[in-house]
Amino acid sequence: MLLKKKKREGAEINGSSMADIAFLLLIFFLVTTTINVDTGIGMVLPPPLDEEVDPPPIRERNQMNILVNAQGLILMDEQPTAITEVREKLKEFIDNPNNDETLAVSPEAAIVSLKTQKETPYRIYIDMLDEVMGAYKELRDAASRANYGVEFDRLQPESAQREQIQDMYPKKISIAAEEG
Amino acid sequence: MAGHFKKKQAGSKQEIPTSAMPDVVFMLLFFFMVTTVLREVTLKVKLDLTQATHIEKIEEKRLVSYIYMGPERLPGNELGEDKVQIDDAIVDDIGAIRNLMYDKLLEEPRLIVSLRVDQNSQFELLSDVQKELQQAGTFRINYSTKREE
Repeated sequence: MLLKKKKREGAEINGSSMADIAFLLLIFFLVTTTINVDTGIGMVLPPPLDEEVDPPPIRERNQMNILVNAQGLILMDEQPTAITEVREKLKEFIDNPNNDETLAVSPEAAIVSLKTQKETPYRIYIDMLDEVMGAYKELRDAASRANYGVEFDRLQPESAQREQIQDMYPKKISIAAEEG
Repeated sequence: MAGHFKKKQAGSKQEIPTSAMPDVVFMLLFFFMVTTVLREVTLKVKLDLTQATHIEKIEEKRLVSYIYMGPERLPGNELGEDKVQIDDAIVDDIGAIRNLMYDKLLEEPRLIVSLRVDQNSQFELLSDVQKELQQAGTFRINYSTKREE
């Protein structure tokens, strides 16, 4: 009796849940696969200098000259500096909390000039630029937290708040190769 | 008892159900659609990106145009001098970058130039390329780096 019944139906694996398994796998891969995102340090280059027009005068105290040589040694306004101190010194220069005569008048006026020797490896240059970006990020975060209670990155893109913080601490970075 | 089993196996057909096949196929299709990067350029220069902490993501990938810089790959696993590669070709004349990038800028006014530079290449070449970019008017650049672990 039992044998006869089985023979009629045939031996089949239940396939109705296959679709569910397939979708589960699909969702699993969708979630776990990282599409490689481009990451990097964003910059805006200045327009080319006009030969005939003199560049606008810059007050000496508003400019921080950073020199990096091919060995990775750093001079900040003629002072030898270790790379670990660069960020703090830059923050002090840009913000100037004690109104020091030798540091920037205001954060908007501050210019960071990064000069490197021609032989400097790209790695050292990026390490240096990373520190400059780090200084600006910390200043912007601090200003954003004081005014709006959130970090700069969490402000809505293209919002008035974000632009206000950006105007408070504009990134004025000049990059040049040292002549000779 | 043993005889019963033998008889049953010989009698019934063992078929793999194919009704779920479309699902599997679609799953694979989606998977590859998501992970495949279209039109990957063949690198003619060696590229070993450096690391940085304060980096940002480029969300709008279609605005990006790449410039590769690094030691040229020569046949026989050797490395030559530092060269600049745009799209699929090495640009020997640095002065030609100006026109190349200007054409790209006309096609896409919000162009972002991603500079993918080998970590050991010298600053001089990058400086020359940047001067060309300034002339071309492509001011938005991005130094491509990996996230520091």
